[in-house]
Order: sequence, then structure tokens, then C-alpha cells
Amino acid sequence: MVAAPRPSLLDRLARAVDRYVLFVFIGLTILYLILPVAVMALFSFNDPVGRSNFAWRSFTLDAWLSPFGVPGLEAAVWTSVRIAFISTIVATALGTLIALALVRYRFRGSGTANLLIFLPMATPEIILGASLLTMFVAIGQPPFFPLNELTILIAHIMFNISFVVVTVRARLAGFDRNLEEAAMDLGANEWTTFWKVTFPLILPGVIAAALLAFSLSIDDFVITNFTAGRTVTFPMFIWGAQRIGIPVQVNVIGTAIFVIAVGFVALTTVLQSRSAGRPARLRMVA
Amino acid sequence: MGTLLRRHRGLIPYLLLGPGVLWLLVFYAYPALQMFVSSFWSGTLETGFDFSPENWRTYPEAIDRYGEQFVRSIAFAGAATILAFLIGFPLAYAIAFRGGRYKSLLLFLVIAPFFTSFLLRTISWKIILGDDGIVLAPLKDLGIVDSAFRVLATPIAVVSGITYNFLPFMTLPIYVALEKMDKRLIEAAQDLYAGPWRPGGTIAGALFGAGTFALLAAIFGFDLLVFAIAGGIGGAIVGTLFLSEAFLRVTLPLALPGVFAGTLLTFIPAMGDYVNAALLGNPSTNMIGNVIQSRFLTNADYPTAAALSFVLMAAILLAVAVYARLLGTESLTTGRGV
Repeated sequence: MVAAPRPSLLDRLARAVDRYVLFVFIGLTILYLILPVAVMALFSFNDPVGRSNFAWRSFTLDAWLSPFGVPGLEAAVWTSVRIAFISTIVATALGTLIALALVRYRFRGSGTANLLIFLPMATPEIILGASLLTMFVAIGQPPFFPLNELTILIAHIMFNISFVVVTVRARLAGFDRNLEEAAMDLGANEWTTFWKVTFPLILPGVIAAALLAFSLSIDDFVITNFTAGRTVTFPMFIWGAQRIGIPVQVNVIGTAIFVIAVGFVALTTVLQSRSAGRPARLRMVA
Repeated sequence: MGTLLRRHRGLIPYLLLGPGVLWLLVFYAYPALQMFVSSFWSGTLETGFDFSPENWRTYPEAIDRYGEQFVRSIAFAGAATILAFLIGFPLAYAIAFRGGRYKSLLLFLVIAPFFTSFLLRTISWKIILGDDGIVLAPLKDLGIVDSAFRVLATPIAVVSGITYNFLPFMTLPIYVALEKMDKRLIEAAQDLYAGPWRPGGTIAGALFGAGTFALLAAIFGFDLLVFAIAGGIGGAIVGTLFLSEAFLRVTLPLALPGVFAGTLLTFIPAMGDYVNAALLGNPSTNMIGNVIQSRFLTNADYPTAAALSFVLMAAILLAVAVYARLLGTESLTTGRGV
């Protein structure tokens, strides 16, 4: 071992910076990322004069006690939840099947299929929405294809499929095929093997994909704006209200959605780490 | 059914793909074609639209009229991508290498903003950056900035909003790339006498800092020289302290696929964004997305709007192709590198 030269002042400074500055940096950046969420939550307890909820006045629980106390808000929220729910189920089913096909089989055209799945994610939302709008308008002459909840659903399923494929595929990539072959060797047919072996193993990926799809759908504004017609979803309600001032109740709903979503993710994380108490081989893939 | 499948095993992947791929063909690929066709339309929503190749003139007219917003979109999206990289790379690096057992929690905090409405977050920035808001009011009281100074309705507000909204898109792929790299490679490099990189790191840092800050200053209309010097000094300090030979030769090359994915995931949606410009800017900060949105939904000027959308799409695909050539990655579409 060669005697190390005494570290220079610069080296020692670099080491100290490396030790502390990066932590400070993480802290500041996360503060920056969370700040708008905190402001939104804070202003859900505000008691503004009129509809302009832009300056802090005084603390009140009024909005939390009547979260739907603004005309149209309740209907908008339920419309959003309904669309998110249905589009999540359909997109998760279609996307999971695609992911299975792409990871498990070699076949002609898989490259094209990959491209078709990648492209919607690489297309700005405004173009996804605008091109759907031109298609709906192009169907027939005036009065044209009616834009309503159905057209929003079509759009949401479309943009969610790709995200589901990517999420489930990431899970499938580490999949041990031997487990399925073992099941087949033990006399299980393909159907039984899928439901008893394959599906439980990819389930965490499917759940993650469904959570992602749900949160993308319930928050989508840009594509919905092009395909909604007169249907009002929660983001559309916010957009419509922001010109004249956002009612405090909107902050209440926004905060509630945030808390529920974070709680849900925490719950699934806990459940997954608990179910990891299975035999070692399974834990590796799950 | 079972025997049929067994006899034609080759069909199984197509059956699995079928429904989803059909959905994407009908509701993604076909509408994109229709949009191109619609850009050759003439007519109104009341009378209906007619297709004619003659209407190619819509393109030069639209570009002539809205070229300014186009250029502004490229500039704003570019500035936001640079800023997101300057914040996102160190953040991803710090979490991947210094996060320890808090890695998952920190990563969760990075994506946590996504669990609340994109519109509400942007509106929160309107409150924070307001003319008498929590940031500017104290600065004005102390006399640090002029009482007429404002951030809202300026390019800074719009670019900050975009940067904020897409920062997690930049951070996550870089984090994934850094996280999965074998940390022993760095030790191996150090064992092989990879040490501090001086004065190379200082010079590289200074050049990078001066270059990016000059670019940002050009986009925001700030004093080019002052910014270049400030960026150069900052870059020199960071470069001297952080850039080692191991970083240059091991960490950075392995992080490149993540940087590639992150910059695209930031730049592409930023190019089409109109929400930040609408909520945080004013008409003079309008981007091409604002034009497309209002042409479609307010004016029902479908041909112009479709032409602009098509040009935007083509520009983005071209940029992605060139960029992919430069950085060379085939892993993008398969997602394996990300």
C-alpha cells in the first residue's frame, strides 16, 4: 500500500460539501415540490371575502364542513370519479394483456406494437385531445358527433393504456418463467397456471398500474377539455371557476384527493411488504 | 377453445394484443391522420367542412401568423428543460447515492405533488408568486425589490411553472439510471487511480455554467454578460468540488439514458403546455398551445388549429429523432433502458 498523500484543502472542502450540501439540497428541493400542495391545503381553511381565495384572511372550518356547498361541484367530482373508475378498469385490462403479449411471446410485429404504445406517451396532451376532437367532428356533418362523458372515457382509456403497459411490463421483466413451468409439470393447465401462479405474481404491478391510471384520469384537464363538450369534470370545474375566483371548497376537494391518494399508496406499500413474507424465490420476483 | 389455442399457439400474442392495440389504432393513430386531413379543410362548424388539397395555404398562413408563439414555445420549453435538469440531476444523484434507507420515502416525496390536481398546484404558484404574496410582500417591505416589481405575467412565472410541473419527469428516469448502476464501479475506478479532476472539472464546470446561464438569459431577456459570468463562477465552483474522474468516466455515461429520457419527458409536454401560460402569464407570454387551444375551442377555426397541431407534432418527432441520433439509444421505445 502506497502512503496516501495528505488530502489538500480542496479535497477536504469537497468532502465536506459532499457530505452536507447534498442533504441540504434534497431538503430544499422537496420543500419546493411540496410547497404548492401545502399552500393549497392551507387555503382550504381560509375564510375569504367573496370568491377570491388568493390572500389569507382567517382560519375557518366552514368549507370542510360543507365540501359540496358550491353548485355544480358535487356533480363534477362524481363525474370525474366515475370516468376515472371505468377508464382505469378498461385500460388496466387492455394494457395488462398487451404487456403479457410483449414480454412473454416473440412474434412478428412486436416492434410496431412497441412503437404504437410508446407514441401516445411521446405526444403532447394537447395533440392527443385535438386529434380526437377533429375525428369526432369529422364523423358526419353538422351537428357532428356529440361530445359527452363517453368521448372523455374513450380519450382517458386511450392515454392510460400505454402507462399501464409500461408499468406492468417493468414488473414482468423480472418474472421467473420456471415457476409457471413447474406448475404445468405438476399437472396444472394453462388457465389454472395463469390464475394460480402468473396473476398473483404480477398483481402488484397491475395494482400499481391501476393506481397510476386512476390518478392520471382524475387529474386530466388538457385532453378532457377537448373531448368534454358540456360535461364538467373536477378539473374542468376548476378551469371554469378560476376566472371568477376559485371557491374554497375546491381546495377542500383537492386536499381530500391528495390525502386519500397518499393514504392508498402507503396502504398498498405496507400490504406488499407484508405479503413479501413468502418463500424466498417468490419474494425475488414479487 | 382450448384445443384451438393449442393448435394455433402463434395466435395467442395477437389475441392478447388485439383489443388494446385496436383501441390505440382507432383512438390514437386514426385521429392523428384525421387531424392532418382536417388541416386541409375549409368551412365552419355551422356549414360543415370540405376537404381540398388547395387548402395547403393554411400552413404558411398559420406559421406566418403564429410563428412568434411557436418560437416562444421552443424557448420556454427549452429553458424549463435546462432548469429542470439543473435541479433534477443533483436531486436524483443525491437520493440515489446519499438517500440510504430513506430512498423510497424521498422518491415518494418527489412524486407526491402528482397526487393533487395539476391545475390546483399551478394556481397555488399564482398565490405564492402574487404581487403581494408570501414571497414578494416581505421583499417589497424591506425595499429589496421595487414595489412595482412583479413575477406573475412574465416569462419567468411561466417557465417556473413549467419547470415545477415537469421536474419529477426529469428526476425519475435519471434516478432509475443512477440507482441501478453498480456502485462498485466507482470504487473500482478510484482503485485504478481515478481522482479529482482538476483543473479539467473547474474549466468544464465554468464553460457549462456560463453556456447554460447565457442561454437562459437570452430566453428571459436578461443581461447576457452578467448571467454568463455568474453562471461561469457558479459552474467553476461546482465543477471543482464535484466533478471527479470517476464521475466523468463512470457515473455520467451510465446516467445518460436517464438524462435522455428525462429531457424528452420534460421538453415534449412542455412544448404543448398551455395551462401554465394561461394561469401564470399574460397574452404576451402565450405559447403555441394557447393558440391551438383557442383556435379549436373558442374560434372553432379547425383548419388552422389542425395545421398548427400537425406542425407541432412534426417538429417534436423531428427533434426526438435528431436527439436520439445524437445520444444514441434504442432502449427508448422498449423502455428497457429507462
